[in-house]
Amino acid sequence: MVMIRELQEGLFAGGSAEEMINSLFEKIRRSRLNAYNHIAEDQALERAREFDRSPWEGSLAGVPIAIKDSISTRGIETNCSSRILSGYVPPYDAHVIERLKEEGAIIIGKTNMDEFAMGTSTETSYFGPTKNPWDLDRVPGGSSGGSAAAVAAGEAPAALGSDTGGSIRGPASFCGIVGIKPTYGLVSRYGLVSYANSLEQIGPLAMDVEDAALVMEAISGHDPRDSTSVKSEGGYLSGLNGGVEGLTFGVPKEYFGEGVGEGVDPEVERSVWDAISKLEELGASWKMVSLPHTKYALAAYYIIAMSEASSNLARFDGLRYGLRLGADQDWHSTFSEIRAAGFGPEVKRRILLGTYALSAGYYGRYYLKALKVRTLIKQDFERALSSGGADLLVTPTMPFPAFKIGERIEDPLSLYMADVFTVPINLAGVPAISLPCGFADGLPIGLQIIGRHFDEVSLLRAAKAYEDATPYHEAVPKEVI
Amino acid sequence: MAGGDVIIGLEVHVQLNRLRSKLFCGCSTDYHASDPNTHTCPVCLGLPGTLPVMNRRAVEYAIRVALALNCEIQGETLFYRKNYYYPDLPKAFQITQYDFPLGMGGSILIKGEDGEEKKIRITRVHMEEDPGRLVHAGTIDRAKYSMVDYNRCGMALLEVVTEPDLRSPKEARSFLDKLRNILEYLDVFDGGLEGAMRIDSNISLVGGERAEVKNISSHKGVEKALAYEITRQRSARRRGVAQVQETRHYDELRAITVSIRTKEEAHDYRYFPEPDLVPMRIADWVPEVEAELPELPDAKRERFVAEYGIADDHARSLTSEIRVANFYEVVAKRAPSRLAAAWIADVLKGELNYRDITIDKFSPDHMVEILSMLEGGKITEKGAVEVIRTILDHSGDLSEVTPTRVVEAKGLARAGNDAVKAAVRAAVEESAQAVADYRAGNEKAINFIVGVVMKKTRGRADPGEANRLVKETLDEI
Repeated sequence: MVMIRELQEGLFAGGSAEEMINSLFEKIRRSRLNAYNHIAEDQALERAREFDRSPWEGSLAGVPIAIKDSISTRGIETNCSSRILSGYVPPYDAHVIERLKEEGAIIIGKTNMDEFAMGTSTETSYFGPTKNPWDLDRVPGGSSGGSAAAVAAGEAPAALGSDTGGSIRGPASFCGIVGIKPTYGLVSRYGLVSYANSLEQIGPLAMDVEDAALVMEAISGHDPRDSTSVKSEGGYLSGLNGGVEGLTFGVPKEYFGEGVGEGVDPEVERSVWDAISKLEELGASWKMVSLPHTKYALAAYYIIAMSEASSNLARFDGLRYGLRLGADQDWHSTFSEIRAAGFGPEVKRRILLGTYALSAGYYGRYYLKALKVRTLIKQDFERALSSGGADLLVTPTMPFPAFKIGERIEDPLSLYMADVFTVPINLAGVPAISLPCGFADGLPIGLQIIGRHFDEVSLLRAAKAYEDATPYHEAVPKEVI
Repeated sequence: MAGGDVIIGLEVHVQLNRLRSKLFCGCSTDYHASDPNTHTCPVCLGLPGTLPVMNRRAVEYAIRVALALNCEIQGETLFYRKNYYYPDLPKAFQITQYDFPLGMGGSILIKGEDGEEKKIRITRVHMEEDPGRLVHAGTIDRAKYSMVDYNRCGMALLEVVTEPDLRSPKEARSFLDKLRNILEYLDVFDGGLEGAMRIDSNISLVGGERAEVKNISSHKGVEKALAYEITRQRSARRRGVAQVQETRHYDELRAITVSIRTKEEAHDYRYFPEPDLVPMRIADWVPEVEAELPELPDAKRERFVAEYGIADDHARSLTSEIRVANFYEVVAKRAPSRLAAAWIADVLKGELNYRDITIDKFSPDHMVEILSMLEGGKITEKGAVEVIRTILDHSGDLSEVTPTRVVEAKGLARAGNDAVKAAVRAAVEESAQAVADYRAGNEKAINFIVGVVMKKTRGRADPGEANRLVKETLDEI
C-alpha cells in the first residue's frame, strides 16, 4: 500500500524521488497483474532526478501517478488498449495531465483498460486482461481496471481513470479502493479519447478519500478547450472533516429488492445496509426515496453510449496515425481492412449497434427516445436530491463482488447488467464516489454515495466520515505482500 | 441559353476567410501561401481526445451575413455531426447545422435575365467546418493516388442555399456576383483567395429529375458548368433518355460534368447533436450585430444617386464592388462627383478589367489629380486616358509615377491657346484644297484641317477647340 501523503512526507524528509520511483518500477516489472500497458521510465526518472536536484512545490510535488491509457500523454504511447492505435504517441498533454504536472506530479505510465473503455472487466483489452490483486483469477472491474489494480496493489499511489457508465467506481469497488466520478463538466475532457462524450468524466482512484480529494483538487476546474467544462469552487480538502451530522441520506428503493435490485448479492446488500446504519450512528438520518425510471437507465445508456461511440471511433482509419497493415490498396479497402483488424469484437459490436441506432428511420425510435429517458432520469435524481429530499444517496456500487476472468465475457448482456447501479449517475451527470464497505469471501465490496450537481464537497465529507469510522480501506490484498 | 424551362438552385459554400482563426481551434487562416499541412493542430487534425471550441467571432460574422441576406435568425445555435468517411475529413464527421440553421427565409435582389430587378429567395444560411483539400494525381476518375492538405480543414464555412428561383446560367452568375459583393461589404470574406467560394448547383429541366453538380469553384465556372449541363440534359431528352436524380462532378479543365453517384447510392449521414458543443443563445447577439451592420450595396447605390447626383447606371457600377465604391467616395469628395463617376465607372473599371487587376493598384490621389487637370483644361480626354493607362502599366514603384510626371514625360499637356492658334494658321495656309472645298460649301472639309492641327500639336489640342478656331479663321479670311 502506498499513500500520497506518506510518499510526500518521505520526500520532504530528504528521500529520493528517483529511488522511490525506481522501486515502483521494480514492483511493476515483477507484477503478475498486467495493470500497465506502458511504463514511462525515461520520462519519469528524468523528472524524478530533476526533482531530487531542485525540488519544486505543488500539492502533488514528486508524487508518481498512473494514467489510464485513454488519456493523452505527450510523448507516451496512448492506445486505449486497442490495436488500432498501435504506435500512436500524442503530441500534446490532456488538460488533466497538464494540471497534474503543474502540481508537481510525475507520470509513471499508462494503465490497462477495456478497449476504448468498452467493458466492465478490463477483459476486452488488446493487451490481455488485468488481474484483481485480491484474487488473480478474478477481474479488477472495468474499464479503468488497470488503474484500480495498480493502486490497490501499491504499484501507484494514485491513478486517473475515466468513467462513462461506472468505469472508475466499478473497478474501485472490485479492488477495494476509492474512486470518484465527478459532476459532468467539473473536469476538462480535453485529451480524453472520447467513447461517449456526453457521459464521461475523468476522475481519481486512490487508497483513501483524502488522497482522492487531493487529486480532485488538482484536476478540476474550467478549461477553455472543453466547452462543457465549468468553473470549480474547489474546497474538497478543506471541507473533508465536517462529519455527517445533519445530513440526510436517501436510499433508492428501486436499487433494493424487486426490479433492478433483484440480482444483488445478499452479502453486498447486507454490507450497504450496515453502512447506512453506520452513517446513522455518526449522526446522519436516512429515508427511502424513489428513482422511478431506473429500470430504463441501462437501455438508454447503451443506446446513447454506442451511438456516440460509433461516430467518435469512425476517425480511426490508420491514415494519419495508428495501425498500418502491409501494402496500401485503394483508400476504401485499406481503411476497411485496418478497422477490421484493429478493433476487437466488443468495440465492433458497439459501433455496429450505435450506427444502427443513428440510422435514418431509427434515430427517433432509439437515440431520440434514449435522450428523453435520460431527461426523466435526470429529473428523478433532481427530485430525490431536492432541498426537501435527501442530501446524498447511498447504494451499492456493483451488484456483486469481482467475478472470475472469462465468467461473463461471452455473454455481453450479463456483463452490461453489472453497470445497473452506476450507469444512471452518468445519465444524470451527478457526482458519485465508491469506497470500500466490507468483504464477501475475501473480495471487497463498494459503497456508492451520490451527490447533487457540483456538490463534491458534501460527497467527500460524507465518504471521509464513513471511512474514518470503518476499517475496510486499511485491508491490503495478498498480492501486495 | 435562357429558355424558361430551366430550374436552378444553388448551394454556395463561403469561407469566412477574413476571420483570423479557424472555426474550432486557434490555427491561423492565413495559409494560402504556405506549404501543405503547416496550419494544423491536434484539434483541426481531429487527433484522439481533442474537442471543438466555437470561435465566437465566426458566429458573429455568420449572423452579419444572415442579416444582410434578410434572414430570420434562430434563437439558439445547435450543431450536429454529419457522419461520413472521406480522407479529407479527419474526424470522419463534419460539424455542421441541421434542422436549426442560423438563418432562414432570406432573399437578395439581382438583375434578372430580362434586365428587371428579381428577388431570389434564400432558404437557409448555416455554419459548418471546412474539410481538408484533396489533391488528385490527375483527374478525379483516373487518379492513381491523391494527397491531402489539412491547412483549410476547420475553416469556418457558411452554406447559403437558395430556392430554385434561378432561370439561367447568367442569372446564377449574377446571383453569385451579388452575393460576393454583399459578403465583401460585410468585411467577412475575401473572394480573391483560392477556395473562398465553392458552388454546388441543382439543375433540372421542367418536368425532369434534377442533377446536382458539385465542385464548381468560380463564377465563370458556374456559367460554363450550367450551360454544359443544360445542353447535356436537353440533348438527352431529345434522344428520349430520362434524367435520373444524380450527383455530378464538374471537371473544370475539361469543362464537362461527370456522374459520380445516383440517388440509390445516397448517404445516410446519421446526423445527431454534437455533444462537445454547448448551445449558444445567439438571439441576444442580434441587436448589437445589426447595429454595426455596414451599408449594403443596394442602400449605397441609392445614396450615391441622391448624394452625388450621379446616374443610376454609374451608381450600380460603382457599388458593385466595395473597393470601387470606397475609391469613388474618396475621389468624389475632392473632385466633381459626376465627372468622377463617369471616369471611374466607364474608364478606370474598364482598364482594370482589361488588365485583370483590382482597384487598389490605383491611387485615389492620382484620380483626383487627373480629374483636376481635365477640368482645368490642362489635358484632353484622350490625354487623361493615356495617363491612366501609363500608370496602370507601370511596373515599378508607384510613388515614382504621378499623373503630372506622366503628362510631362509624355508631353501630354494640352497645347496653349497661342500654340493652337499658330497651328491653326499654319494648317489653313497649308491646306489650300480643303479651304477651297470649304468655301465651295463642303462643310466636312474642315475636318481635314482640324486633323492637320491635331497632328501639328501632337494631339495635345482639344479637338472641339481646334474645330472652333479653324472655323473662326476660315470665316475671318
